[in-house]
Amino acid sequence: MTTEIAAKQDLVIRIAGESGEGVISTGDFVTQAAARAGFEVITFKTYPAEIKGGHCLYQLRLGDKKLYSEGDELDILIAFNQEAYDRHYEELKQGGLLIYDGGAFEPSHDPEHLHYNVPLSEIARTKLKFELGKNVVAVGVVSALFGLPREFIVKLLTEKFTRKGEDVVKKNMQALDAGIEYVEQHITDRSQFQLHHSATNPDIIIVSGNQSLSMGVIAAGCRHIFGYPITPATDVLEFLIAEFPKLGGASVQAEDEIASIGMVMGASYAGHKAITSTSGPGLSLMVEWLGYGSMAEIPAMIVDVQRAGPSTGMPTKHEQGDLNLAVFGGAGEIQRLVMAPVSVEDCFWQMINAFNFSEKYQMPCIFLSDTTLANRTESIKKPDLSKVKLIERQTLESNGHQSSENFKRYELTESGISPMSLPGQRGGQYVSTGLEHSEYGRPRYDTKSHTSMTEKRFRKLALLAIDPDLPEAARMGDPEAEIGLITWGSTWGIVEEVVMLAAEKGIKVDAIAPKLVWPLPTNQLDQFMKSKRVIICPEVNYTGQFAELLKAHYLRPIVKVNTYSGAPFKGSQILAVVEREAQANA
Amino acid sequence: MLDTIELVKPDLDEGKLDIEEFEYRSEVKPTWCPGCGDFGILNATFTAMKQKHLNPKDTVCVSGIGCSSRFPFFVNTYGFHTLHGRTMPVATGIKMANPDLTVLAFGGDGDGFAIGGGHFIHAARRNLNITYVIMDNSVYGLTKGQTSPTSRLGYVTKTSPAGSVDEPLNPLVLALACGATFVARGFSGRPKEVSELIIQGLEHKGFAFIDVFSPCPTFNKVNTFKYYKEEVTALPIDHDVTNKLKAIEQASSPKIVYTGVFYKAAESHSYEEHVLSQRPAVQTDANTLLGKLFAKYS
Repeated sequence: MTTEIAAKQDLVIRIAGESGEGVISTGDFVTQAAARAGFEVITFKTYPAEIKGGHCLYQLRLGDKKLYSEGDELDILIAFNQEAYDRHYEELKQGGLLIYDGGAFEPSHDPEHLHYNVPLSEIARTKLKFELGKNVVAVGVVSALFGLPREFIVKLLTEKFTRKGEDVVKKNMQALDAGIEYVEQHITDRSQFQLHHSATNPDIIIVSGNQSLSMGVIAAGCRHIFGYPITPATDVLEFLIAEFPKLGGASVQAEDEIASIGMVMGASYAGHKAITSTSGPGLSLMVEWLGYGSMAEIPAMIVDVQRAGPSTGMPTKHEQGDLNLAVFGGAGEIQRLVMAPVSVEDCFWQMINAFNFSEKYQMPCIFLSDTTLANRTESIKKPDLSKVKLIERQTLESNGHQSSENFKRYELTESGISPMSLPGQRGGQYVSTGLEHSEYGRPRYDTKSHTSMTEKRFRKLALLAIDPDLPEAARMGDPEAEIGLITWGSTWGIVEEVVMLAAEKGIKVDAIAPKLVWPLPTNQLDQFMKSKRVIICPEVNYTGQFAELLKAHYLRPIVKVNTYSGAPFKGSQILAVVEREAQANA
Repeated sequence: MLDTIELVKPDLDEGKLDIEEFEYRSEVKPTWCPGCGDFGILNATFTAMKQKHLNPKDTVCVSGIGCSSRFPFFVNTYGFHTLHGRTMPVATGIKMANPDLTVLAFGGDGDGFAIGGGHFIHAARRNLNITYVIMDNSVYGLTKGQTSPTSRLGYVTKTSPAGSVDEPLNPLVLALACGATFVARGFSGRPKEVSELIIQGLEHKGFAFIDVFSPCPTFNKVNTFKYYKEEVTALPIDHDVTNKLKAIEQASSPKIVYTGVFYKAAESHSYEEHVLSQRPAVQTDANTLLGKLFAKYS
């Protein structure tokens, strides 16, 4: 029943085929044009980890209202080859539409679905004499199916191909029209796929999570990235290495992840915000430095775009498996903050918050994104830059110290935060060290020093957990509901959808996802965690890492829901548990 | 009482430091054994700093982990005592963030060539404008005597009880192969020469690498002061420092252990210079750049 309701509001289209066949470019093209035309769009794509060949898919969900996930069942499947058909056909919903390239394969007869042979290659090769135009023919087909106005694609094609000459533009226009024409002539029963859309919105941008967070890094005042290529974090490094010189920044592609984070520490010690972007295997290598950052109290930003592990795992697949490493990884007892954005838009804003709190509390921050968030593109509200508020670390000079005073880099303050001196500041000389130290930063191994310094460092963490400027947790649902859903990171999107699906079934659910996942923001979570009859925690890992952190703190049972296939949750997986728990009470 | 820092007394109006009044030596007493070669290098560094009028507020001493890496605590400049082997990445980060700082790096042969070997080769080839002094004692001292990357074949330690079978690494040839633009060797028993090498290193625009024999009297009974005094010889006066092949030849000499400047590139442009030159002439602010990016993605 619910899927019927969903189908009227939105459309899920999956394009699949061999990598290099134009699957991704077709998807990107339709996404951008549709977003410009005023549709809400969320996409999901998977690439093979290999450079050539391999299967890839691009899923678009289009709608006229805000979308929360890339969708479960398919309304339309566009299969470029036999493998695409074999892999994805069973996800096509009843009455759904299969578009296939008859030149490549022939599907078996099936009365439950609509089948259309659209000879994309044939049209491009024979009719247009423009083999490269196959994906633009596909763009025409897709856009005609759901009613994307032609003018938006024309404008995009013009922008994209003008520099390649008029002839190229003309050929692409012909390819586009061939696709549209084919649909208009052959697919008469397409009214069920036509979508409404709002008026065009000039205040949206269409970006991936990695692009969104990279722009957040710029807005946060960071001008240095030190990194090592690793899927799926590489494009953050590429993006910022290209942009920073325009702002007077400087970056290095380091020899490995240990060097990357070491350079971040050096730059930050010198007083400049710096970042490294990596994924789980890289974070594993950085762990010793994370301990150093806690001990020497150096702000540092580490983006971990999580992928499926352990070890090399599945580089292009999704998992939220690094939370334990982010929170606890390291020798001894460490202080750090871990933040997790919940959407593409959130990547921008939480990156700014992440820098602010790392600077304010002088400790490393691990920013946990993930594969789906990194790669999916969304139409999001253009960030209002007047809302950007930056917090800078306290320094010797900002604190008005005079050079005639004895400067204590690690002064035992009430808050635990001690002003930092920066090279170049007179009278602030000290030695940063991973050894336990006195207030002056001199090595000390006595019981009093270690006790007082350990407490000082943990005072910062305790204050951070209840900082009044913390970003609000994502909330949705009925605050009075006795079933609570709590999650973190990109799983929030599907949780929002589950809250709506449950409401349609008459089940009241309350949902929350804190942006600061460590230390636990107790002021935001206490009431929720203490008042619900049932708390359900969905996360994309086997062990329920966030659920365990919550259990340890709140000493209450939590129902774990886990998926660990390399793909994000389907709403139905979580909804089933919500329904079960609702009935358990009845 | 030892916890006070002697403060800098610069003449602010002149923007210069009265070097006669500044004590580079910190209040921290070195943690080295009596007779350690590292004392000679520390003193040579003070001499070089004084001579080069290094302003302590604009100078950073970076080190790794090990006996010699305690170095920054004994100096009144800024300091960064990093992790084991991670001197070079930190020095790189500091220089990239603030190229105006003078950065000196110190560490042992284990720190620089074993655990830090991967970073050394890249720091050298990047030609970062820093001076890196290796205090080379051919043994792990802080862990009480194990074989190091520069230990001789047959060298007996607790981890090589039957004698080391690892071919020792040649730091100079390694540095040259990696593209270091200034390569020198000194001996702690000749501190005047060492300070001169450090001065030349500081004056060099690029990666200045100085390997200094620094005997460990406690754990290395082979590479002693007496041994080096007999072994080392100054490079011939007519050695052409711009000739890299000749430098490799002299550094690899099986018979004579030379000291002095082996190689100094005739022309050297530092990493920072290259990075700065790639910046657009007119730079912009974050909001303007973000505005352009938003337009691109709309």
